[in-house]
Amino acid sequence: MIHRECGVYQTSYRADMAVYKLPLARWGLAGFGVVLFLVLPLAAGEYILSILNLVGIASVGAIGLNLLVGGAGQISLGQGGFMAVGAYTAAIFALRLGLPFWLSIPAAGFMTALVGSVFGIPSLRVKGLYLAIATLAAQFIIEWNLLHSAWITGTGAQGALVLEPPALGWLALDTEVKKYYFVMAFAILATVAARNISRTYLGRAFVAIRDHDVAAEIMGVNIFRYKLLAFAISSFYAGVTGALWAYYTQVVSYEHFTLGTSIDYLAMIIIGGLGSVPGSILGAAFITMLPAGLRELMETVKRLGLPGTLGNFTYTREILFGLIIIGFLIFEPGGLARIWRRAKDYFRLWPFAY
Amino acid sequence: MTFFVELTVNGLMVGALYTLVALGFVLVYKASEVINFAQGEQVMLGGYLALMMLASVRLPLPVAILATMAVMAGLGFVVERGILRPLTGYPVVSVIMATIGLAAVLRGITPMIWSAEVRGFPAILPATPVKILGVPISPVNIASAVLAVVFMAIFGYFFQRTRFGVAIRAVSDDPQAAAAMGIDLRIVLALSWAIAGIVSAMGGVIWGNMLGVDPYLALVGVKVFPVVILGGLDSIMGAVIAGFLVGVLENLAAGYVDPLVGGGAKDVVPFVVLIAVLMVRPYGLFGREIIERV
Repeated sequence: MIHRECGVYQTSYRADMAVYKLPLARWGLAGFGVVLFLVLPLAAGEYILSILNLVGIASVGAIGLNLLVGGAGQISLGQGGFMAVGAYTAAIFALRLGLPFWLSIPAAGFMTALVGSVFGIPSLRVKGLYLAIATLAAQFIIEWNLLHSAWITGTGAQGALVLEPPALGWLALDTEVKKYYFVMAFAILATVAARNISRTYLGRAFVAIRDHDVAAEIMGVNIFRYKLLAFAISSFYAGVTGALWAYYTQVVSYEHFTLGTSIDYLAMIIIGGLGSVPGSILGAAFITMLPAGLRELMETVKRLGLPGTLGNFTYTREILFGLIIIGFLIFEPGGLARIWRRAKDYFRLWPFAY
Repeated sequence: MTFFVELTVNGLMVGALYTLVALGFVLVYKASEVINFAQGEQVMLGGYLALMMLASVRLPLPVAILATMAVMAGLGFVVERGILRPLTGYPVVSVIMATIGLAAVLRGITPMIWSAEVRGFPAILPATPVKILGVPISPVNIASAVLAVVFMAIFGYFFQRTRFGVAIRAVSDDPQAAAAMGIDLRIVLALSWAIAGIVSAMGGVIWGNMLGVDPYLALVGVKVFPVVILGGLDSIMGAVIAGFLVGVLENLAAGYVDPLVGGGAKDVVPFVVLIAVLMVRPYGLFGREIIERV
């Protein structure tokens, strides 16, 4: 069953362009799919499913941000703000127009893509650090609008919107298991789309811009178009993430979409690996599970009555978060994706060293 | 009219502080092209340290301030050596994330050591306001504005007249040429972070005196962004002028726009201006425009 590549045996372009070239990889993927869609939802408890749901939602946002930052090399500190746009758009469409989720979520995506493109316009004239600050401004401006524009929240300043659970026709997706399928469907769609974007003209144009935008322009890549497209696509993902969050928690309030959220998402792609789709998912899982894992650890310490306490949870989380980011940057800048690749390489040649 | 004068004078006072913090920011950017997202947290730490030296260790004020500066300079040095030097040559986003990570660590450690409650500085100056141009201003504000201006003067002298100041400017112009002329890049980088630490310590002392010390002090780091973008990231002169501009703008916005929109204009107007400036003059009022060649 185990196949290793020991040469290039493809006889058609189709086979050569396949994402998963080896039978082992394809079987592995199929097995992963079975675990994801059959084993986990039936075997796992509510708590684990709720964490997996959050991971799924975060994956969508991280993949989108990675397309922009890792793919096109444009820095965005406004992911949280863009997610807010998506969440509020979906909530408003669902509440005031009564749209079902399969209409309101794409609508949220397109709305956010529009907003994201507007804030992406400065990227045409400024880059790098200046752009990071421009997107930071986007974050603050969006946050402020949510707090002060009564027409958005409808209930006056600082109001939260409360949603019905998503419904597929007569079937309300109201339990953790049903929501799991709902979230994972979108996460899979997002993954497949991103995987394919990076293989097409679009993805290659992004990479060209990331590596050197002036050179890319000389090679015939329309920078104006592709930088805005990168912002639009990434914001679309952010919008969908926000909308998923809205449907999942059924409450939309600005508190979930602050600068801290934007930083969390940047941390996900740094820890996962810049420019890598599987890395984004790993990073999303890591950052999402970090608070849960830490809480578990602290409770174990308390339960066993070990000497020494880890102190206040919020502060410990901050410190750990910062240390992990710095640690990854210094010791493994390729992130979890690189670690995963190295592990695979090791086992491919095992038991030989090389 | 009195309202307008009052807002402007208050804005200038706050602007002096923004300028001070922005100076540290611009200094680091000039020397190493790093945007320091932990600047606000460094200011916060400076405030806490100064408070500890004054209230717990009971040092006299000038000694306490000097001690704070020394500790913060040491911290800046360690940060440059330990975190940023290994990241030389990495993409911009990595360096930004490193300073964001540092900010998170400082934000967690500071309230863990000291508590997160607001703590007032022991009163150094009398609380009765003095009238200037018919506007009542507390002596603390005046003292901090004066201190900020003194610091700017020292900075100006440092960059124009001293050996190290000129070395830092040379490195910011062209690191390779500077190294070829015998300037030790490592010393310049470490020194610029140490000076940024000193400036943060000063900022922490002054802010702490005006508002009390609490974790929200770190928010000054966010306020610095509109200032440095407006002035140009690599311009000391720009930071000084833009600091005062943003301070005044903010106060005018709070006075005149807040009643229309229901509060909070103070926090968002500088960022709206920031976006506008980036679209019209991407390199700020005094920043150096970079001409790219392939």
